[in-house]
Amino acid sequence: MKIFNIIKIAFKNIKSNKLRSSLTMLGLIIGIASVIVLVGIGTGATTSVTNSVQSLGTDILTLNISSSDTSLEYNQVDELLDIPNISEIAPYKNISAQISRGNTTSSNAKIIATTDNYLEITNVDLASGRRISLIDIENSTKACILGYDIASTLFGLTDPLGETIKINGDKFTVVGVLTEQGSNMGNNIDNMILLPLTTAKYFDEDTSISNIYLKVENENIIDQTSNLIGNYIRQTLQISSDYYSVTSQNSMLDAMDNISNTLTLLLGGIAGISLIVGGIGVMNVMLVSVTERTKEIGIRKSLGAKKIDILIQFLVESLVLSLLGGIIGILLGITIGNIAENFGYEFSASTTIIIISFLSSATIGLIFGIFPAYRASCLKPIDALRTE
Amino acid sequence: MIKLTNIKKYFQMGDEQIKALDDINLEVKKGEYLSIIGPSGSGKSTLMNILGLLDTPDEGEYFLDGQNTKNLSDSNLAKLRNKKIGFVFQNFNLLSKLTAWENIQVPLIYNGFSAKESKKIAYEYLEKVGLKGRENHLPKQLSGGQQQRVAIARALSCKPEIILADEPTGALDSKTGNEIKKLLKDLNKEGQTIVLITHDILMAQEAKRIVRISDGKLYENERITDKKDENF
Repeated sequence: MKIFNIIKIAFKNIKSNKLRSSLTMLGLIIGIASVIVLVGIGTGATTSVTNSVQSLGTDILTLNISSSDTSLEYNQVDELLDIPNISEIAPYKNISAQISRGNTTSSNAKIIATTDNYLEITNVDLASGRRISLIDIENSTKACILGYDIASTLFGLTDPLGETIKINGDKFTVVGVLTEQGSNMGNNIDNMILLPLTTAKYFDEDTSISNIYLKVENENIIDQTSNLIGNYIRQTLQISSDYYSVTSQNSMLDAMDNISNTLTLLLGGIAGISLIVGGIGVMNVMLVSVTERTKEIGIRKSLGAKKIDILIQFLVESLVLSLLGGIIGILLGITIGNIAENFGYEFSASTTIIIISFLSSATIGLIFGIFPAYRASCLKPIDALRTE
Repeated sequence: MIKLTNIKKYFQMGDEQIKALDDINLEVKKGEYLSIIGPSGSGKSTLMNILGLLDTPDEGEYFLDGQNTKNLSDSNLAKLRNKKIGFVFQNFNLLSKLTAWENIQVPLIYNGFSAKESKKIAYEYLEKVGLKGRENHLPKQLSGGQQQRVAIARALSCKPEIILADEPTGALDSKTGNEIKKLLKDLNKEGQTIVLITHDILMAQEAKRIVRISDGKLYENERITDKKDENF
């Protein structure tokens, strides 16, 4: 009964000192909210990067030849299929050109000249129309497949199939449209235009091939396969390993993971500092308020409060403030995270981070609330009473 | 009720040791109204603090209601302050964030009364000191005299054996001061033991018995059975 009443005293004090109470909580609120938001966005970025790398498939190898003197010819490419464990290949060339239809132009389209296998290897489906066929490649047909966004930019609601678009002034017939994919690690498939590989010649490109996607049958021996590809390239083109690279999505995934973990750590570090600063703020307010309230402690002692009564009162006060500040901070953090999500940032609130930041701030609040109160409660009542 | 034997209290001031209380012997009986009078610096506040268990003597023994207060634990001293002593301070010492009745409730809560009982008692005592209708006023919304009445109601609320009043009219004008004097006198008539500490002779003469303190020594001049002031 008595302890219940002392808890009520604590609540009354919080209510009657609104400014002091909210200042105390402010540090905690900002600290906790920033930890949750920053770490959440860092984790969100990691997750989205990992997902997009994985969606490309972990059974894909990418061969890039960077030598300017030599590269593979189109008819040599099929020889790669003789290497054990390789099931499919898709050579491709990046082309830069202007896209337009009537008065509408699109500047951010990514044009890729490639073969039929490109769609299979990148795991993209057609929404309508047909794929690039062997005949298209043999005849260098001016046909194209549009990504989802490009199709809607150029055609709006009308059906693009059978219509033509202009690429650097040349008319190309739309033969297919891709399904919506969403952004995929800078490789935004929705902004892609796929052309038959051999049409590259219309854009002053040579016929050499320096980029190839290769699909393996058995992911477990992907490293050996990548060595075999390297051997083949060194022998065929007589170039050293400085002039080509064979990368797997796994090595990419590792590199990306590394980067985004560093990012999360960095953001977490910044947030952690703000939590500490918040804690110091709480400490300041608590220290000042206990000093300020030494007289109150003196009066209460003269009226018969025991040391433990004073301690419980301050314990409950700082506990309530810390918990309340913690809860508001968590809610604020999640709200800000969700708002950030609406602006295109990935945000994933981690329960561990929420619990850690909550506990640490609550501890800071408690320690700095209790410690000065303990000192004050040990004063002789007359010394506490004399304080002004 | 109160018995002090050979109480001594020293203060260190630089290299010099000052005897704030020098071998004080004093007895106060139940129902008495005692004034302790002395100029400032005479040690009367130190004596009041020791009587109120707010401070401990360096030597000597203090019996309160037959109990030796020497070597009592902090929590037992708190219990005695709560149950046996009611303080009335010169500057009231009310908690500024609490209303009149809540201020009176504070010692009742520490005494173990429930919130409901203590509210009832607080209202009763506010009525007794003539502040009915001001229960929910904050101290700053009350005049000095009214604040001192709240403080007196608070001192009375736990039915203490003794009221210790330290210059209770010191911060008040003479008219309200007189009202407080009358209130204390009425309480004494009802049987309340009161120890009054003051430097004001007129105030001291309200009491039936006056002792004088000077340079830490206590002098009991005479007993005044009537309120007449022929001896001063």
